[in-house]
Amino acid sequence: MKLKKNIAVSESGFVFDPNSGDSFSMNPFGAEILNLLKQEKDFDKIHDTMTKKYDVPPGEFDKYFLDFIQTLKQFNLIENDD
Amino acid sequence: MNKLKVTLAVTGLNNTDNPGPGVPVIRSLRESEDFDLTVIGLAYETLEPGIYMDNIVDKVYQVPYPSEGSGDLIKRLEYIHEREKIDVLIPNFDAELYTFMKSSARLHEMGIKTFLPTIEQFEERHKSELPAFGKKYGVSVPKSKSVLKHSDIEKIRDDFEFPVMVKGKFYDAYLAYNEEQVRMHYNKISAKWGLPVIIQEFIKGTEVNVVALGDGKGNTIGAVPMRKQYITDKGKAWGGITLDNKEMLDLTHKIIRSTNWRGGMELELIKTSKNELYVIEINPRIPAWVYLAVGAGQNLPEALVKLALGEEVKPFDKYQIGRMFVRYSYDLMIDLKDFEKLSTTGKL
Repeated sequence: MKLKKNIAVSESGFVFDPNSGDSFSMNPFGAEILNLLKQEKDFDKIHDTMTKKYDVPPGEFDKYFLDFIQTLKQFNLIENDD
Repeated sequence: MNKLKVTLAVTGLNNTDNPGPGVPVIRSLRESEDFDLTVIGLAYETLEPGIYMDNIVDKVYQVPYPSEGSGDLIKRLEYIHEREKIDVLIPNFDAELYTFMKSSARLHEMGIKTFLPTIEQFEERHKSELPAFGKKYGVSVPKSKSVLKHSDIEKIRDDFEFPVMVKGKFYDAYLAYNEEQVRMHYNKISAKWGLPVIIQEFIKGTEVNVVALGDGKGNTIGAVPMRKQYITDKGKAWGGITLDNKEMLDLTHKIIRSTNWRGGMELELIKTSKNELYVIEINPRIPAWVYLAVGAGQNLPEALVKLALGEEVKPFDKYQIGRMFVRYSYDLMIDLKDFEKLSTTGKL
């Protein structure tokens, strides 16, 4: 689960895919996760960071995280696993 | 540094919602640090906005449409050349290119330089010839068929699945979901652009484009890929953004290398969800959105003029990714006297 390496993520949560020209706006929570993915952090590390920082039950975080990753895959922002 | 004095003649001043490339080409060249330009606008119509815009043309001459006979157009150009001493001519319409390419010997005799594709390059990339082009050069193209008469339309269903694209040989493209719509578009397009009308397989995906310049020896002098972000009802880009897409650039280099492409070029491509690239059109000239390439660091019109003048041009090796443009419309106030002068004397 790696963010494509040329994806640009700004501090404001603006995401630009220079390969397709697509751009997206993230809320601060999404932008933070995206930045962790960009730093090649794995799921455990992201889970740890986010649940410590925010008041979110661990099980609930997993569910929202997987939904979020699915959305990123749908928009071609994640490298293929193969 | 002394700037080289160049008198440039340019067509395509129709900066409308279906814009010709003349105005952005001139704007790009006005920014050149190497040329001291005098621009002679060649206008087919008296209300082409580029005629009246500030700092675009120095003089304008009205010229006859190539459809009125190429002899008349060349004769008019001789008349203009006697007065203005044109160094370089940049034609910007597909429909006039053939006339200028055919008359290249005459233009050369007159001392007017161009940097156009050869007739062979021009002919083999026609929409109607695209399947053969794809086969010859190993590029993916949609299935296409030329239609020359009404009775051919009913045979379309033997070769294509609906929807299909219905295209004019120079301009216009419509999506048709059934035979009736094909007939309607066929009538409209053939009345405007003549025959053949081209039926093309509809490839689902995102339209992306490349503006490029070939030196005629197989080298790509520059190439900038773009995605249209806002498309008008005429299918024209009203906004766009430069891309970082290696596959699009590789394809452009491959086409320019294998055809020894000479001059400006616009590749119209469809990128499918599987990231396959289909060439849907190859326009043999600089496109109207060329200023995006200039804004991103590649002044392709300037490089084209240098090539036309026989100068060595070093290929561009980079451009700014994520550079955007958006067009706008603006009401220019025009002095009736200017309009009157151009309408009555053919010169302004």
